[in-house]
Amino acid sequence: MANPVAPWGNAQFDGFAKVTEIGPLGMISLRAKRDVVGLKKAFTALGLTLPDPRRIVIAGDKAAGWMSPDEYLLILPYGAVNDALASLATSLAGKHHLAANVSDARAVFRIEGDKADQVLKKIAPADIDGLAEGELRRSRAAQVAAAFWKDGQGYTLVCFRSVAGYMMGLLSHSAQSGSELF
Amino acid sequence: MSTRLSKGGRLIDRAQAVEFTFNGKRMQGFAGDTLAASLLANDQMLMGRSFKYHRARGAVASGAEEPNALVNLGRGAFLEPNQRATTTETFDGLEAQSQNHWPSLEMDIGVVNNALARFLPGGFYYKTFIHPRAAWKHVFEPIIRKAAGLGPAPKEMDGDRYEQAYAFCDVLVAGGGIAGLQAALAAASGGARVMVLEQTPFWGGRAPVDGDVIDGMAADLWVKTTVQALEAMPNVTLRTRCMVAGVYDHGYVLAEDRVADHTPGDGRPKKRLWRIRAKRIVAATGALERPLSFAGNDVPGVMLASAVRDYVVNWGVSPGDRTVIVTNNDDAYRTAIALKQVGLSVPCIVDARVVANGPLPTQARALGIRVETGKGIAKVKGTKRVTGVTLCMQAGEGAGLEDIACDAVAMSGGWSPVVHLWSHCGGKLTWDKSHAMFRPDATRPPISHDGLAMVYPAGAANGALKAAEALVDAALAGASAAGANPITAAQAEGREEAPLEPVWIMPQGASYKLRAKMWLDYQNDVKVSDVQLAAREGYESVEHTKRYTTLGMATDQGKLSNINGLAVLAGALNTDIPNVGTTTFRPPYTPVTLGALAGEARGEIFQPLRRSPIHAWNEQANAYFEPVGLWRRPYCFPRGGENHAQAIEREILNTRNGVGMLDASTLGKLIVKGPDAGRFLDMMYTNVMSSLGIGKCRYGLMCNENGFLSDDGVVVRLAEDTWLCHTTTGGADRIHAHMEDWLQCEWWDWQVYVANVTEEYAQIAVAGPKARALLEKLGGMDVSAEALPFMSFAEGTLGGLPVRAYRISFSGELSYELAVPASFGLELWEKLMAAGADLGVMPYGTEAMHIMRAEKGFIMIGDETDGTVIPQDLNLGWAISKKKADYLGKRGQERSYLASPDRWTLAGFETLDGSVIPDGSYIIAAGVNANGQGNTQGRVTSTYYSPTLKKGIAMGLIKGGMARAGEVVEFTKLGASPVKARIVDPVFYDKEGAKQNG
Repeated sequence: MANPVAPWGNAQFDGFAKVTEIGPLGMISLRAKRDVVGLKKAFTALGLTLPDPRRIVIAGDKAAGWMSPDEYLLILPYGAVNDALASLATSLAGKHHLAANVSDARAVFRIEGDKADQVLKKIAPADIDGLAEGELRRSRAAQVAAAFWKDGQGYTLVCFRSVAGYMMGLLSHSAQSGSELF
Repeated sequence: MSTRLSKGGRLIDRAQAVEFTFNGKRMQGFAGDTLAASLLANDQMLMGRSFKYHRARGAVASGAEEPNALVNLGRGAFLEPNQRATTTETFDGLEAQSQNHWPSLEMDIGVVNNALARFLPGGFYYKTFIHPRAAWKHVFEPIIRKAAGLGPAPKEMDGDRYEQAYAFCDVLVAGGGIAGLQAALAAASGGARVMVLEQTPFWGGRAPVDGDVIDGMAADLWVKTTVQALEAMPNVTLRTRCMVAGVYDHGYVLAEDRVADHTPGDGRPKKRLWRIRAKRIVAATGALERPLSFAGNDVPGVMLASAVRDYVVNWGVSPGDRTVIVTNNDDAYRTAIALKQVGLSVPCIVDARVVANGPLPTQARALGIRVETGKGIAKVKGTKRVTGVTLCMQAGEGAGLEDIACDAVAMSGGWSPVVHLWSHCGGKLTWDKSHAMFRPDATRPPISHDGLAMVYPAGAANGALKAAEALVDAALAGASAAGANPITAAQAEGREEAPLEPVWIMPQGASYKLRAKMWLDYQNDVKVSDVQLAAREGYESVEHTKRYTTLGMATDQGKLSNINGLAVLAGALNTDIPNVGTTTFRPPYTPVTLGALAGEARGEIFQPLRRSPIHAWNEQANAYFEPVGLWRRPYCFPRGGENHAQAIEREILNTRNGVGMLDASTLGKLIVKGPDAGRFLDMMYTNVMSSLGIGKCRYGLMCNENGFLSDDGVVVRLAEDTWLCHTTTGGADRIHAHMEDWLQCEWWDWQVYVANVTEEYAQIAVAGPKARALLEKLGGMDVSAEALPFMSFAEGTLGGLPVRAYRISFSGELSYELAVPASFGLELWEKLMAAGADLGVMPYGTEAMHIMRAEKGFIMIGDETDGTVIPQDLNLGWAISKKKADYLGKRGQERSYLASPDRWTLAGFETLDGSVIPDGSYIIAAGVNANGQGNTQGRVTSTYYSPTLKKGIAMGLIKGGMARAGEVVEFTKLGASPVKARIVDPVFYDKEGAKQNG
């Protein structure tokens, strides 16, 4: 089996911020109510922490984000998804939940640099200055749905796979040198 | 003549000369100039022509309110029409063209309208061109449009780029004059996030020009110090060249940032639209001076007194050697004093008031300036330029007393607060009689979501015209907006000013002849006489008068004409000004370029284009794409010199006789899981899904609550509590939302989760008699009829890739649909293509898919359905459970109309001559209806040339449906005789269904 292909070929753009398509990452969409017995343990078994509302907990190459009162996004290495799904099935056996592999349904971008925030300010109607450390923001980027969070010296942005080209165009347009906001 | 003074000009850098052209003529200006200042410095007083009469026009103002000095900037891909010379910064290489003239600015043939002015009164167009009705569209309008019009629309694609940006703040201060800066200080002192936006490139507004002294400093210095203080605060953002265009509900504000208007070609975006969420807004937008209405007040050289002062003080430009001042207030005396101080001549100050003895008039007299009180201007002499004025008694009818030669006239009719931002969201105004102006009524502010005031007017925008009172007002407004403790306002030293005397017509008893030369709206050529005529003709509402006369409807939106016009209307109606009221202030404050509104959305990123994992391969295979939602799906793959029809025929025959492949990745895929999932799907679909065996597939129909067919697709059961529902391409998001809606709002206690995994998988249909052979060549799983029978699925690998293979068929052939993780979609596709080369595998597009399903009599959502069709209409009763107690749409379908035997139902049609029935055809019935139109008894829903059967085939809905099989009916055909067709079984191909078993 060959390596999985990132939707936009891991494209890069260098402007006043650096935009890179990363991934593909392993991603699981987990639907479960917060009070489901064993949920916390199910996260722990995967080396993850159950995130508080609107937060993402990052631990090395894994992360768990809160998407809605009954939805979580689990991020892990691409090759670790099947084992993780099996682990969840065991941990939550008999408990109402849905865990779906969405690794290939997504495109992931990194926006890095001192002014990386300004790229997001141009496309997302979100208060980027008010984005707390570890806060996962579900919003939109211009005309498509997107979620993003701050991670190290930049931001990680997730969108649907089919619009990876649009997102790359959008991020590149917004990161062009000379178009800094401040 | 107008010229550059040898000294002065607080905003220009004389060391930095810039070259520009006006109508091709090379001219020179200085950095810091506006284009209007540069033009005046080059003695170019004539800058344009008016809209209707093509009268000569020069700059009347010095800022955003300018109605006259509109120019085209740039050329080709960079052409911008209707740009105000008074707000355009002069830069090296700027190219400007005047507008609305032919053949030249100096010699305009359209000026003939001027001579015919008495035949072109207000409402002229409405009255003259109303009959005959058809003539307006075909004769009058095209000619009038050609003769009129301002700048030409650019013909090339805009060569600049634009963008948008979002911002959030507690307090947005609109305006960077002393009031705005003071308000910002007050708002920011408590730590609030503050944004201050100033439309010009400079801070301070009018105060430095007016010579105000604040906290013992010259205004310029106070402004500089204050801006520095604000810049040092981390919670304050300051931007110049950024115009607040509009205030909308809940503190939403749009602002236009002129990023690189003045530095074209430096690689920056030309403009940026800011979309701001502000908790409160401080409108420190200042005030605009009003013209006076006297005959000839539109001749180039007649300017607002404040503008004359601006040109002298800000840009060191003299509008003329001799300037007559005409006023009804003390403020205009500042202009006389400023002119005198730079050594220019002020032959006379004409003051409409009987007495003028305040400090400013006294100072003017002390400078030796002649002051004539109780006087007015009877008329201005000159056409392309002021040559003199005739004085008269203000109280009289305009008999000339004396002629005074001059080059310019500086007029002041008082000031109007800029209440636009206050008014955009419904802030009300009150008439301030002592200043003859509308100002914000603090008791009726625009309110935000919390019921509290959303906009706080500050300074001159609140009617506090003098610096001292403006600063106090602004400090309070800023603190209130931020909910902060008040701070002590800066102190300004002010001179007493006597009250103005409202003057709406000069002289007050002017004859018709004079009134017909008094311009209210300079750009649209609306005069005092036009508004008075409208009043006589019964127009009492200011909104109606505006539209009838076009007063205030030009690109300046009546910034100068509004108050004067409604005052004249009030006079004509013998009522008070507040009774007439104002027209509605709407965003934008000044025009916002369409490029900024479009932002980044153009070219490649005009719209999101959704690409399947196989999209790039499709592109390389010369696919002709059709839009399906935001996807682009291959319609067909023309080869060599094929046209589309030939390509489609080849694709179909190759699939029917060999093997074809379709990129079906766009199909919706929804996982439905939970203890109640079966029960839920039994409600969603018309048939039973809970009984579906694990590993099996079933075709299902979904209806909306009214019973109408909404979507269809194959449902597969993955596990005891898990189903996967396929939807149409267009239904993926819609049906997902439909399911969530029912789960969240109606059946919130059912234990069901839905996940939309549409984009997780690439899906490839492999269809045709050789489909199995192709899959077996790749190998990895058993795809035999025994291991994988029709309407079942299996998981395994093909060519080493993980797939789920469904034995389902939309073409009627032996067919597999292979779902593979999207990251491997292209790889699987290419492996299949390579392995199938010797089997003659070819891709087929959506049109081949459509035709093949029609040959099989399969319905298509969107063709056979249009939102008014129920499954029973399509003979799909077999897919509707009779046993279930309920499903969405069940009760709807039981309503008498939907259950009627008279409904049009599905049948197949074969033309007698083998031709193709036109799309959209109706089936003709006997007689005519009440409107004299031919009766109909049905319509075609799908119609194609069938390459397989070599003839036209169609499906359609007809009254009586298949019960009428064998009958011949007639379909309409535009411009030709009806097409005769026989009602037949809609399954045209492989009626027994043997092919799909391979």
